[in-house]
Amino acid sequence: MANGVSVLEIHRPATRRHTLARYLRGNLKGGEYTWAVAFLVPYVAVFLTFVVYPIVYGVWMGSEGKLYQELFSDPIYQSSVVNTVLYLALGVNVKMFLALLLSGFFMRRGWWMKVLLLIFILPWAVPQISTFISIHWMLNGEWGFLNNVLYKLFRIEGAYWLNDRWMALGSVIVSHIWKWTPFWTLILLAGRMAIPLEINDTAKVDGATGIRGFVHITFPLLANLYLICTLLSTIFLLGDFNTVYFVSGGGPANSTHVLGTLGIRNAFDLGQPRLGVAAVMSALPLVIPLVIVLMRKLRTAEVQL
Amino acid sequence: MSTLAFDAALSSSRAAARAQRAVRVRRYLATAGTVVLSAVLVVWTLLPIYNMVLVSLEPEGDVFTDHIWPRVISFASFWGVLSQGHWYLEHFWRQFANSVYMGAMVTFFTLLIGSLTSFSIARMRVRHGWLVSNAALLTYVIPASFLAIPFYRIMQNYGMANNLWSVIAALVAFATPYAIFVFQEYGRSIPIEVDESARIDGASPAQIYRSIYLPLMAPALVAVGTYAMLLAWNEYLYQFLLLSSKSNMTVPVALAQFLNSDQSPWNYMMATAIIYALPPVVIYYAFRRRMTAGLTMGGVKG
Repeated sequence: MANGVSVLEIHRPATRRHTLARYLRGNLKGGEYTWAVAFLVPYVAVFLTFVVYPIVYGVWMGSEGKLYQELFSDPIYQSSVVNTVLYLALGVNVKMFLALLLSGFFMRRGWWMKVLLLIFILPWAVPQISTFISIHWMLNGEWGFLNNVLYKLFRIEGAYWLNDRWMALGSVIVSHIWKWTPFWTLILLAGRMAIPLEINDTAKVDGATGIRGFVHITFPLLANLYLICTLLSTIFLLGDFNTVYFVSGGGPANSTHVLGTLGIRNAFDLGQPRLGVAAVMSALPLVIPLVIVLMRKLRTAEVQL
Repeated sequence: MSTLAFDAALSSSRAAARAQRAVRVRRYLATAGTVVLSAVLVVWTLLPIYNMVLVSLEPEGDVFTDHIWPRVISFASFWGVLSQGHWYLEHFWRQFANSVYMGAMVTFFTLLIGSLTSFSIARMRVRHGWLVSNAALLTYVIPASFLAIPFYRIMQNYGMANNLWSVIAALVAFATPYAIFVFQEYGRSIPIEVDESARIDGASPAQIYRSIYLPLMAPALVAVGTYAMLLAWNEYLYQFLLLSSKSNMTVPVALAQFLNSDQSPWNYMMATAIIYALPPVVIYYAFRRRMTAGLTMGGVKG
């Protein structure tokens, strides 16, 4: 990272007296140093007030051991943990795998592919609330569009999708995949486009085409990006609230909550904010390692603009 | 001798024909595969969106039916939304204005704070600036929904609940890290000598920031500005928790309120959802290339 390096670079030999002020100032003149600090003040203030303070406050709220006893013995919490794990395992991996395959598909040329891509990114462009409310109504057992289609076209009696725990959870996962596959496809597509043409051409001459080309050439080059995307997507999914809240509403009978929605339910529907914080905090053993790995990966990554 | 050569030539031309046919068959199969996959993708993608349009075009009271094509196309529900004709929608334009105002403020402060910070860290190279950018990166990877409960309590203690500015503060805090990240990376393509020479000519840091840094960073500002605006427009949880009165609400909160009733007016709801979706869809398609470019992290070089 250039910042780390630049700090070393500008560290001149200590010819003058080393006061703290001089050390902090580095190569900046007095007035410039004041400016530099003044420029940092707004963000540092926002960060301390609206990020650090809530974190500390949250940790304080969820610091009682008794809370966790109460939480872990709650059957709704137990099923929420199972749901969260399933949601993460299936949601992230199926989506990323589809995105990987589709990004290859969209590498094809022609006007049709361009039009298709424009249609394909629509789920990403439409706001979450709009689409998830639509999916919620679409899956309605009596009047939902999906069952109407199944009956009209195939004479199949559709199910009450949201009245069964596993079907409702499945609907949530499929909704998530529907909503976010386009975004990650675009990211992986940009990654594929960034692979120099010569590499692919050389590979083709050497007989690495089709699946062999993908396994030996394309995927190794994409692997780092794929890993970062998977990690980021895991974190985003762990903090997801809207999909579950709007598609299944946590129902039937609170059986499809994930940790994010359970925390809000405990805090605001049950009026027990501490229990809500505890539900969220119980995800920390998963969040912390993920964040550490991601931080390292992102530090070394590059943004292409 | 000559017959042998002739045979060989014949068989090789046959082999060539066979190979050609195989290539042709494979190309047909590939085309067929493309067509099938395209059709599946189009249906899959458009299904919930088609449902949204279909329901919004239903005439009043005709929502509970089983048809899958619009029989009568009625724009009554759109008109109902725009003229605030349903009691769920009596503050629609106020709420729409709130959403726009919030989006604009979040965009402005994200760009301002993000660019000032990254200018100080990456261009002025203030000592220990990397601590700030690391802290920012940490915010980027912490799920916002995990901080919602303590954030709500804090805002309540300050008497800031039901105030748009509490939401703006939260969203700026969550959007700025991404801004700092992108600005720093993009800023590397601008040689530091540009700043140095201005400095030697006696320009103050504020002047360099305003007349050199900001103009050169324009593409990054557009990308991050779009990101911040859409983040604010699409966000739901903080707005839902912090905004409770009808006149302070934003559109997504009002939209979700429909779900509270037993007899939801689904046609109005879908019409509202479509109207609410139009601005971001337009922005996404207009800035599509910029957006994905800005969001591409890692990349094969990483």
